Amino acid sequence: MKKQWPEKWKEYNLGGMVFDVGNSRTFKTGSWRSQRPVWDNSKCIKCGLCYLYCPEGCVQEDEKGYFTADMDYCKGCGICAHECWPMAITMIEEG
Amino acid sequence: MAKKVGMEVAIAAAEAVALCNIDVAAVYPITPNTHIAEHLSEIVADGRLDAEFITVESEHSAMSAAMGASATGARSFTATSSQGLMYMHEVLPIASAMRLPIVMAIGNRAVSGPINIWNDHSDIMLERDMGWISLFVNNGQEAVDLFIQAFKIAEHRDVLLPINVNMDGFQLTHVVEPIDFPTQSQVDKFLPLYKPAASIHPDNPVTMGTLGLPEIFTEACKARDEALVNSKKVILQVWKEWEKMFGRKYEPVESYKATGADVLLLTMGSMGETAEIAVDALRSEGVKAGLLNLRMWRPFPYDELKKAVKGAKILVVIDRAISYGGPGGPVCSEIRSALYEEEKHREIVNYIIGLGGRDVKVEDFINMVKLSLKPVKSRPTYEIYGVRE
Amino acid sequence: MGTEGLLLKNTIVQNFDLYAPKLVDREEYFCSGHRACQGCGEALAIRLMCKALGKETVIANATGCMEVIATLYPTTAWKLPWIHVAFPNAAAVGSGVEAGLKALRRKGRIADRYVKTVAIGGDGGTVDIGLQALSGAMERGHDMLYVCFDNEAYMNTGIQRSSATPFGASTTTAPSGKVSIGNKTWKKNVTEIMVAHNLSYVATACHSYPIDFMNKVKKAIAIKGPTYIHCLSVCPTGWRCKSEECIKLGRMAVETGAFPLYEVERGKYRLNAEMPEKLRPIRDYLKIQGRFRHLGTEEIDWIQKRIHLEYAKLLNKVAHSKSWEELTA
Repeated sequence: MKKQWPEKWKEYNLGGMVFDVGNSRTFKTGSWRSQRPVWDNSKCIKCGLCYLYCPEGCVQEDEKGYFTADMDYCKGCGICAHECWPMAITMIEEG
Repeated sequence: MAKKVGMEVAIAAAEAVALCNIDVAAVYPITPNTHIAEHLSEIVADGRLDAEFITVESEHSAMSAAMGASATGARSFTATSSQGLMYMHEVLPIASAMRLPIVMAIGNRAVSGPINIWNDHSDIMLERDMGWISLFVNNGQEAVDLFIQAFKIAEHRDVLLPINVNMDGFQLTHVVEPIDFPTQSQVDKFLPLYKPAASIHPDNPVTMGTLGLPEIFTEACKARDEALVNSKKVILQVWKEWEKMFGRKYEPVESYKATGADVLLLTMGSMGETAEIAVDALRSEGVKAGLLNLRMWRPFPYDELKKAVKGAKILVVIDRAISYGGPGGPVCSEIRSALYEEEKHREIVNYIIGLGGRDVKVEDFINMVKLSLKPVKSRPTYEIYGVRE
Repeated sequence: MGTEGLLLKNTIVQNFDLYAPKLVDREEYFCSGHRACQGCGEALAIRLMCKALGKETVIANATGCMEVIATLYPTTAWKLPWIHVAFPNAAAVGSGVEAGLKALRRKGRIADRYVKTVAIGGDGGTVDIGLQALSGAMERGHDMLYVCFDNEAYMNTGIQRSSATPFGASTTTAPSGKVSIGNKTWKKNVTEIMVAHNLSYVATACHSYPIDFMNKVKKAIAIKGPTYIHCLSVCPTGWRCKSEECIKLGRMAVETGAFPLYEVERGKYRLNAEMPEKLRPIRDYLKIQGRFRHLGTEEIDWIQKRIHLEYAKLLNKVAHSKSWEELTA
């Protein structure tokens, strides 16, 4: 049975526990940002620091070893662009 | 017929808890419940009980540690009184909100101001709304019985609420009484191992203790309230099982010579036994007196109370705590409120007695009954009996 | 990537000291969708810590930013088993968790394998209101790692001053004004208090040095006993700096000596390799944070002198401390 938020009192989980761990992914924080990171793969050295430094953990590696941010969650903080040594990431204004 | 042993009630309580094969005890000492913790730690030190005994650095940490342990699925126990109970007050409602079946022994002691280590009920009266099951015992045998029952009640899947068992500090905890101990095999049969509904362990991770927005908080409260109210069914069931196994009967409201009584005393805690002697004396004088002993404090036994007071013209409620500037002693306020809907209002007289460990004597009960029988134009909502004026 | 490659990767992560971002465990135990501010250093630090902890962990968390932004019923950003009770008792709850797991494992009621208890809290919940529980838990010797995520104020409730707030910082309860410099006291050194508890391992860390931080976490959890890590977490919202400078500020805190990185292993102090030969001037660190914008040259000079004094104290300990083994040899 799919629960609707907010739940009826009988549906409220025992003790307010959350059993579906990691389900914060249903909350898309991507709507918060005012700028987004864009990777220039020609400059990227595939070091993985942008992946490591993202507080959201939304930077993902693709099959070729390049990186990109998951726009569902990226808050546009700019850390990845600021830390990228070869300056392969630029922050552009959200449209 | 098992042999009765004479044992100090606090020690007996520790023995009863040990029989329940607890996993973790987190206790901070405070008079008068120290003997429980001390004896329990001796039992662990001797290897008679396999448990982790955490000598925490405060009562707040005692309850927090008990909660942490209970969350992992361990059977947890703590004990405290008065100031200690108040120090852990912050986490008490969280324990019941998180549905952790912790058992706590309270050696009821007066709340400070001035500091007083002797018995009254002011400490537990501060915790009425915390969502815990609250039971009272009158003697050593009841203490032993109720501690063993407490784990079973708390851990029942339909309950999963923390429970406190109240014993009068010094008056009960430090007296030697005859106790008929159940055997380990009897307790093992009565009390199965604790199987938590959920626990924090990597095998099945959960998040416990989330933030509740206004959208959901009311529903959370309702769920808790329902759990506490419905726990009565389980408590009665457990008491029935106990009676079958051990022959000792427990009820939410117990009565002594209450049939046909014109005036009923209502007490909570060990002073009820003194009141019984007073009732006998009054009856021999021709006064149709009776006694009601409130055993179940939370969830409040509305139905049983209404049934028990039927027929009595006067109800003399004895409080062992004072609610400063309030509408009566704590117990009396609740009794008055519970009986408000009755068709025929009876007179309810409230006496506050025994504060800070002052002795409550048979003569006091006799006097209070006689005073309540005196026809007066008006009575104060509550009266502190025996205060020197 | 075939499964063989992944398996190999797991072995690498477990058996090596981490030295490259690409070797870090790709599993996210602190998931996206949490409601931290953009550029939150603490969220990053938690994410990194969880990668170093791995699956076999139970977390006890104090009330604070991390608890509020991550576990809003009915969602949770945590994949690890997690419990939150109240503000001052992360270490006490952690003690109970540790004891419960120990008892249950011994009595055969849970799986017979080692699970680590980790208690975490912010600077408020550790250094101020949580100090009693922390001290008690560490003194009792519970097999538990405590990590303090220090963003130098009560950020969750609105940037109020804590005893971990540095001198001269403007906070909402110790604001800078016509007759006030802001926070008038030097940052409380809880790391030293933890060293005094005779812990086998005490360390300072920062998310700006992620590999160092993760290695320290791994080192700490390998020890069977109480351990402590104090992790500086940059809060762009509270420190009033740009969100993208989060990592840079952590680095500058370390390079200027405002927050030196060091470890104390069984009594022996050791500066981490990340510490520079010569400290950068503190002015570089202070000037890009809004919370220090009101400071004048005189105040900055005073702070600089004090930073040098504190660093000299630390260098003295590094030079002269002996490990317990050396002392008993």
